This record gives sequence, structure tokens and C-alpha cells, in this order.
Amino acid sequence: MTDTAGGVGHSPIRPDARSKTDGTFDYASDLRLPGMLWGHTLRSPHPSAAVRSIDTTAALAMPGVAAVLTAADVPGANAYGLITADQPVLAADRVRYQGEPVALIAADTLDLARLAAEAVAVDYETLEPVTDPEAAVAAGEYFRYQPVRLGDPDAQAAAVVIAREYAVGMQDQAPLGPEAGLAEPAPDGGIRLHVATQWLHSDLEQLAPCLDLPPERIHLEMSGIGGAFGAREDLSVQAHMAMLALHCGRPVKMMYDRAESFLGHVHRHPARMRYEHGADEHGRLVYVKARIVLDGGAYASTTDAVVGNAASLAVGPYEVEHVSVDAWGARTNNPPCGAMRGFGGVQTCFAYESQMDALADALGLHPLELRRRNAVAQGSKLITGQTVDARDPRRDRPGGAPFSPLADLLDRLDALPAPAPAPTARPGGSGDTTRGEGVRRGTGYGVGLKNVCYSEGFDDHSTASVELRLEDGERVARVHTAAAEVGQGHWTLQAQIVRTELDVDRVELAPNDTRIGSAGSSSASRQSYMTGGAVRAAAVAVRALAAGRDLADGPVEATRVFRHRATKPMDPVTGQGDSHVQLALCVHRATVDVDVELGLVKVVELACVQDVGKAMNPLALEGQIHGGTAQGLGLALMEALLTDGGRVQNASFTDYLIPTALDMPPMRIELVENADPDAPYGLRGAGEPPTLSSTPAIVAAVRDATGLPLTRVPIRPEHLTTGRLP
Amino acid sequence: MRVTMRVDGDEVAADIDRPGESLLSTLRDRLGRTGTKNACEQGECGSCTVLLDGAPVCACLVATAQCQGREVRTVASVPTVLRDAFVACGAVQCGFCTPGLLVSAADLLGREPDPGEEAIREAIAGNLCRCTGYEKVVEAVRAAAEATADGVPRVPARSHLHHNQWINVVTIPQGGTGNGEDTP
Amino acid sequence: MTPPAGFDFHRPADLAEALRLLAADPEAVPIAGGTDLMVALNYRRARPRALLDLTGVADLREWTDEGAAVRIGAGVTYARVAAELGGVLPGLAAAARTVGSPQIRNRATLAGNLATASPAGDGHPPLLATGATVTAASAAGERLMPIGDFFTGPKRSALRPGELITAVTVPKAAGPQQFLKVGTRNAMVIAVCSFALALDTGRRVLGTGIGSAGPVPLRAGEAEAVDLPWEAPDRFGEGLAVEFGRLVAAAARPIDDVRATADYRRHALAVCAARALRRAWAEAHPEGSVRCG
Repeated sequence: MTDTAGGVGHSPIRPDARSKTDGTFDYASDLRLPGMLWGHTLRSPHPSAAVRSIDTTAALAMPGVAAVLTAADVPGANAYGLITADQPVLAADRVRYQGEPVALIAADTLDLARLAAEAVAVDYETLEPVTDPEAAVAAGEYFRYQPVRLGDPDAQAAAVVIAREYAVGMQDQAPLGPEAGLAEPAPDGGIRLHVATQWLHSDLEQLAPCLDLPPERIHLEMSGIGGAFGAREDLSVQAHMAMLALHCGRPVKMMYDRAESFLGHVHRHPARMRYEHGADEHGRLVYVKARIVLDGGAYASTTDAVVGNAASLAVGPYEVEHVSVDAWGARTNNPPCGAMRGFGGVQTCFAYESQMDALADALGLHPLELRRRNAVAQGSKLITGQTVDARDPRRDRPGGAPFSPLADLLDRLDALPAPAPAPTARPGGSGDTTRGEGVRRGTGYGVGLKNVCYSEGFDDHSTASVELRLEDGERVARVHTAAAEVGQGHWTLQAQIVRTELDVDRVELAPNDTRIGSAGSSSASRQSYMTGGAVRAAAVAVRALAAGRDLADGPVEATRVFRHRATKPMDPVTGQGDSHVQLALCVHRATVDVDVELGLVKVVELACVQDVGKAMNPLALEGQIHGGTAQGLGLALMEALLTDGGRVQNASFTDYLIPTALDMPPMRIELVENADPDAPYGLRGAGEPPTLSSTPAIVAAVRDATGLPLTRVPIRPEHLTTGRLP
Repeated sequence: MRVTMRVDGDEVAADIDRPGESLLSTLRDRLGRTGTKNACEQGECGSCTVLLDGAPVCACLVATAQCQGREVRTVASVPTVLRDAFVACGAVQCGFCTPGLLVSAADLLGREPDPGEEAIREAIAGNLCRCTGYEKVVEAVRAAAEATADGVPRVPARSHLHHNQWINVVTIPQGGTGNGEDTP
Repeated sequence: MTPPAGFDFHRPADLAEALRLLAADPEAVPIAGGTDLMVALNYRRARPRALLDLTGVADLREWTDEGAAVRIGAGVTYARVAAELGGVLPGLAAAARTVGSPQIRNRATLAGNLATASPAGDGHPPLLATGATVTAASAAGERLMPIGDFFTGPKRSALRPGELITAVTVPKAAGPQQFLKVGTRNAMVIAVCSFALALDTGRRVLGTGIGSAGPVPLRAGEAEAVDLPWEAPDRFGEGLAVEFGRLVAAAARPIDDVRATADYRRHALAVCAARALRRAWAEAHPEGSVRCG
């Protein structure tokens, strides 16, 4: 491997940077074709109702309206889903959540399509919605139950026992780019879809039976993606615009407005968790019991995998021999929940880190010291029995203790300088609520453990094709994959890998589409590992083929499918099994100023140390850590979709608040390269871990400032002033 | 109803069909100028920020008919030096908020050529970004200011590993690792 | 046929023409900065056949110094209030700086805030605290309304059909003024509650305004009557500030909503009011040993 300019380890200019800064980059919502119609979705206002009838007459009669379609018009199976096909393309006789699609309209303009939707008369018989996930679990209404059993926690005696209940709100991915796409009928009766999705081939697999088309007559092409974070894992506009385009024989564009976007994609599972940690007098964990209820909402989406993550990562990167975890994904009439950055790891991380802080507090230990004493090390076993990185370098600690990657990160975090005492901005911002009155500073720490790639025996793979040719005497490489560039910089990374492996300067990226094999999803922090691995394998193959050949005779091309090492399912009774491919660690320190009288928080600084295995692109990595941390800050302090009787109360950027530039503080980052010998270049997936550890770090800092237990996120001002309320 | 205005220096005319059609909608759907992004239509995200007669506004909250004879500048009018700084500093990820951020930042630098961090954060507080955590955006605006400080705009020079004290990269020396070959 | 058959967009150049057009086309909805109205239009909550654009009305675009007061034309944006009126109207200027985002402040107007009459409007509490006057005009003539009579309910005001707000007249500060706004984000946030205070050290009068904690913006009458130690300023003590906060909280009529609970709003108002009074008193009496904390 050579140190090529613009290659692995460098931070070359993104190939999409120019067009994204001059306004010419085409996002899905920017697409247009001559003669196209606009599609719009009519959605249920009720979280639970029977659909008695739908009268489309008035809408169809409106001039400029080309089609109004209902469940009866779904060409094939009226069901889709990422794991289980349980979600109707259009509700037939029953709606199960507020916002469930009921009818589709195509019209000359979006405005007209929306007006026509209001003219569709749906006769609903409203039903009592199930909104309490605990009650749903008690009634046997859940998508998955996953226990983990290790040792005998009930038989253990502990010097200190901490038992608390925690709650995590329903976070939304809130990507800035709304769901959008364009469908073009193809001459062969098939369809061409321009979509912004995280996983083209999964879309294709789900669409084919619904549209009753053979997969080869559905062509998906990626259009520009305005952020994803899990929100583009499930289908949104895909089947709907395809139906309208096939029905009308004209191109159809769809684009959600922000209110519809909040209803039109899954959210992070809200969670209620009861944890009990027992430790000895030195702070060593003796046992952990956890009861985790995640609200999956009305349809399955990826709840199955989220429950698996929540259960297997329920204790975090700590050694403990006696464990009992019970995790459920409940089925309710709340909004469907599924993938969001951190995917099952975020909820439990908040709970177990809060528990670790409470233990440290009870024992009079520094929070970092308590974590060091329990940190997993080489050879440690996770609660699923999986051994931690057994083949990693033997870098033993003094005294012969095995190397602990976590203790190493904690030491580094501790060594980072603390922020200056004088804040540059006060809690409350321009509201001028304090000029120092009531302000107390607090510091807190958080540790996150996230699995990278797909777990539990899934056949996770990615496909890449690399071509090397001569053009005007210059060697030029071309890469083709179906991997989604969601903003993370994956295109840049592909080019870096090809430059490094083929020692070329110019790398072209073919459009991402379904003409090549699946790349899997841009999720689970897996794309650098998986498609990076595939691109590398294809490039290595091309290098071998090109050796001793004159490229003037013609280009050399190779396609490779990359698989990570196999994983195993979790045992349904004990949860045991080598279910994960790779684990990534991230630690945060948060410094906050809290106006303890008003309950307002200003995060002063965030420091982060993350093990990235190999800094493939330091600039992009920093960006991932900044952005992931910001989403964790949002969950800690402001982000929650609120529901009342299954109805979303704040589906707008007016009342669903995400951090602004005045909420995010400056960050101090240290990237650690502790290579994973199994992974391409030794890299570790990096996108999700910072989203896990930043939330508990910030909450711990607020606890430090206020002395309050704080068992719910997001923290609301009233949580901080409860004792003070009149 | 026909509305004429200047957009990025061009005289344009748009035929709108309702009095409350937004400038954002007209720019994107009637004039095909999609560089200005639609992310909320409530003035709560700043993705559609344009300069209207020189002042940053949310195009979604301006009625097109209010723009008769007025001047609109979008991301297409943002100085190259600022765009280059965004590119060089890693301020662009998904990029959906970028056009609005660039317009807000260009307005700031036009008023205040040497802004401090707080001034930058204040100026972009109306532009939501979900990818970057704003850190590199703030750096980019500073870099653009520095790159024009002597009156000679140039590409901001950045060495990503050594550019500031806040970022360290630590490589752990490996002892006897197996070189895990990929298995195509 | 998207549009209603025939629609109108009126662009009056002066106030007289605006009032004539409104009289002739009473359905026309006035639009200035558009920061409230356009959200409703974008989300199809309203679909007016005609709009009356006030941004071209030169008479409305300026503020004028009237000696003891400043007359703020209905078209003056919050950005200008913040930038130009901080010296004479510090409370209102402070409120203006908290409105939305820079983009919003460049468009939004004080008069537009009044026309919407949201209980959460940031501009309202300072107007109540200072005893501002709203000028409305119609084809029939001009009418002055004390700010205390203006708000009649959530998003309802004493403005009559056919009337336009033309100006708001705000007495110049005669002493320290404060504006505190509580929000769950450090920028671009709708008030959970807000509080304005105006201390008139000459007349020895205290004015208050409460935002986002009742069906309408409120004054705290009993709190305004609190017994301030004008003759012996250093006798201002913590007990007085706390009592003032308690009276302000008692004047609020908040509800639980997605932004906060009613209890929190009352608590936060008590804290903000006490802080505001301490700050104002300390500013008014910089000499001597004023205990303020």
C-alpha cells in the first residue's frame, strides 16, 4: 500500500463538494422532467380506525387531477417491510397509525395535488388506539422479545445496588432534505425510479411484489440525498410514485413537506428501561438486570434488529458475570419506529451510563475510575459470550493486565485539557435570562459501544466494480457500486481506496444504481467497512489483472463481492452467540453551564476520543464525530416527538427543535487508530458511536451541576426545576 | 399574474397563479433555479435563505408578488472564496443546508470582514444543519475571512491533520498483527 | 383551476391607497414581512383570494422621534428595531433581538407581531411594560388603542375589519428596562415564557409585561404596585425581588403545552421577574450598597 496523494489516510476534496456549494447538485427534490405530474399522499388523521369507504369522485373531477388511487389499485401485494412485509402500501380497511397512507393523487402541480387530497372523502370509524407499550407487551403485542441470560444474577450479593427507571423520548432523524423522488414509466412496462434512499436493492426487493413487476423491470437510480440518519431506510415515496407513474403513463414526482416528513418516516424507538446494577465495595460490577421496552409503533420496520442491539449491548463495554436482560419491541398505534443512527444502542447507553455514574457516586469514586475498573479488555467476554477482539495486538498494561481499549480511551479523554472557566455564552442565549445568576458548571462522561455492520447471522455483503483504462496516456479508474452517499463522504472514500490500490490520480464514480449488485445500506456504520472492502477487493483484483498488461490494449475490469466474517444469531432463550462483527468505542466528556433556577443548559464544550481503527479520511471522520455528537446533544436536551393518544403533537421545526450553531459548543477530538486486523485497512465504523456517548455525557454533566438524578431524555427545563416549582 | 425581478443578476419573469405563492416555490418550480432548498417552508431552517435587496431572508416566507422589481441573490451569487472555504474545511456533508448557510455567511462577511466565533454562530443561528454539528462551518467562515484579509481572495490553505490544536490523530503502534486479507 | 377564478395582489404605494384598496376589497389579507402569514399559506391553512402588500407603503417604513416617544411605523422590521432603537427603547430592542433568526428579523415587523396577536409574540411584553399605543387606520379614519386594550384573546385583537395597524408609539425609556425570554434552545425558539420590565425612575413607576403565559400577553398589576424603596435605594433586598417574582407569577394564566408545563412557566416567570427587577434596580442605583442577589 502506497501513500498516494488523495489516497487512504488523506482528506481529499469531496467529489460532490463543488456542486453542493454552487447549487447545482441535484437532490431528489430538485428533479424534474417535461410533462411530469406531481404526486401527493393522503394520510390518516387517526392513529387507529377502520376505513369504511373512500370516495374519490370529487377529487377526480377537479381539472388537472390525473389520478386518485387507493388500496384497490395496488398492482401486487399490498404489503412491504424491511424485515417483515407487514406494512400496507395503502391502507385497505384499517389504519394503524396517524399518518398512514390511504390514497394517492397525481395532478399537474403539487399545490393542486394537495388540494385534491383534501377533496377525497374517507369515512373512518375511529377505534381506541393502543398507545402504552408496556400494556402492549403485557397483552403479547410485540415484534420481538430477546432475553440475555448469563450466570445467576438473582443469587448475587452486592455491596451497592442501584435500581432506577429510565425513559428515552422519540427522536427524529430530521434530515434537512425531505423525502422525494421521481418515477418514469419505461417503454417495456417497467419503471425507472430516481430515489434518495439508504439501500437501493432493499427498495427493489420490497417494490417488485407490490408493483407486481419482475425485479429486472424496476430500475433504481440514486439521486442526491439530503441526509438520512436512518430515515431513508424504509420505503417512503418509492411505491407510491411508481404506482402513479405506471397508472398515468407519465413521470411523477413526489416531495413531502416538513409536516408530512415527520409522519412519513420511522423514528428512533422511545424506550422505558428498568435497570438494577449491583457492585462490590471496589466498584466492580457483580450483576446487572435490565428490563427494556422499546415502542415499535404500528409496523415492524427494523424493530427486530433494534431489539437485538438493545439486548446485546444492554450493559455496555463492561465486564460482568451475572446478567439478566429482557428486551421487547412493542406493537402499538404510535408512529412506527425503526432505524436511527445508533440503532438500539442509544437508548440502553443512556441507561447503563447513568447507572455507572450512580454507582460511582454511591461509592465515592470518580466516574472515569469506576469505568476503568469495569472496562472490557482483550479476552473479555460480552454478555452474549462473544469475546472482545481476541486477535488484537497484545499490548498488556503494567502488571500484566490485558490491554483494554476502553481504559486507553478513558485515559486519553482524562488527559485532554479542560475548557476555560469563563463561558463565552450563557444558558438561555439571546433570551438574556441570566448574566451569571443561578449558573453552575458541571462535567460528565459517557462511554458508547456500538456494533458495526449487520449482526445476528445476516448475510451482509457489498459489491463493487472497478475499471482501469488509459485515457490520453493517463491511467483512469472508474468505480461502480450501489452504495448511498448520504453526506458521510463515502464517494470520497471510494476514490481514496482506488487511488491507494491502483496508484492513480483520476478516479471516476459511476452513478449508484441497481445495475450492479447490492451494496447493503448506508447504515450500521458499515459502508466504509463493507463497500470500502468491496472497492478495495475489486481494485486489488484489477491491479493483479493489469500487471504485465498494456492498458493501451483495453481496459481492465473486476467486480468483487465483499463479506465480513460470519456472525451467529442470538440464542432466543439465553441471548448467547457471537452476534456482532465489529465493535467500536467512543467516549465523551461534556462541560455544561446550567442555570439551575430556570433549568436552562448551555453546553460549553464537548471532548471526544474515538477509536476509528484507521483514520481513512480524518476530515470526514471529524465531521462524523461533530455531527453524531450534535444529534446526541439534541436527544439529551431538546429532541422528542411528543404524542398524545397516538397523535404527533409537534410535527414541525417550530416545535421539534434540533440544535443550532448556538447550541453546539466547540469540540475537542482525538482519533485513536487501534486497528482491527479483520477489517479493511484496520478501520472501525465511525458514524454511530459518537451519537451514543454524547447523550449520557451531557446528562451526567447536568447532573453534576444540579445534583438531580435525571432519568429521562430529553431533559426539559421543568425536570431541572421540579423541586423549585411553586 | 406576471412578476419580474432580478435573480442572480438575470432579469426573470414568472407567471404565478395564486397571490401567496412563495418566492421559494417560484424560484424552484417555475424558474428551475433549484439551488435554493426547500426543507421546512416555515422559516425555521434557513435552507432557503436568499438575499432580498441585500438582506438575508427565508424565501419561503416572501410572497413572490412582493418581489416585483426587486433583486434576489441566491447561492449562485456567493463569492468563490467562501465556497472554497466550505469545501476545504469539510463544512459540506449532505449539503442540503449548504446553499442557505453560504448565503448567510456571505452576508455576514459582507458586513463584517473579520468576524469572531460568536458573531459567526449568531449569523448562522437561523440555518439548521443536521450533519456537521456546525464546527467546520464556523471554521470555514473564519477561513474565508482570513483568505480575504489582505484583499486578495484565494483558496483557504488547510492541512487537515495539523490545522488546529483541537484535533489529534494518534496511531497506536501495532505488534504482530495478522494482515486480514479480504475474502472476495 | 388551482387559483380562485381571478386573484388579486394589491401593491399600494401609500397608506391612503392601501386603505382605499382594503375598503374596496375587504377580503384582501394584509401582508408585510409575511413571517406568520406565509407559513399559513404554505401549509394551506389559509388560501386568500387577494393579498394587500404593505411593503411598498413608504409611510409605514420609518420610525420617528416624537420627543417623549418613538413612533414606529408598521413596516419597520425587528432587525431595525434591534439595531436602531436600543438606546431609547432598550426593552423592545432586547426583545427584537430574540425574535426568530436573523432571516426572520429582517422581515418580521412589530406591527405584524401585533396583528397576529399570538400570546407568544416577543414584542408584546415590552409594549405592555411601557404603555405603548397602537395606531390603526381605516378608510373611516385613524384610531388609537392603548396596548392594554389591544389583545382580546389568543390570536385575537381589537383590530377591526378594514383596519390596518399603521404605527406603534412607544414611550422612551425613563429608566432601566429588561427583557428576559425563556426558550428550550439557545436561538430561534418560540418563547416558553417571557417577561419585560420598565422602570420609570422619574415618575417612580414600574411597568411589566408577560408573554406566552396566558391567553393574551398580560400585565402584572399587583407586581407593578410593589413598594419600592425609592427614598432609600439600598434597602432593596432579596425579599422584595422574590415577592415581586411571586406576584408576577401569580398574574400569569399559563397552560400546559408541548413547549412547557403551566407550573414551569409560573416558576420561570417568578425567577425572570426577580432577576429583571434586581438588574433594573441596580442599574438605576449604581452608587451605594445596593444588595441585589
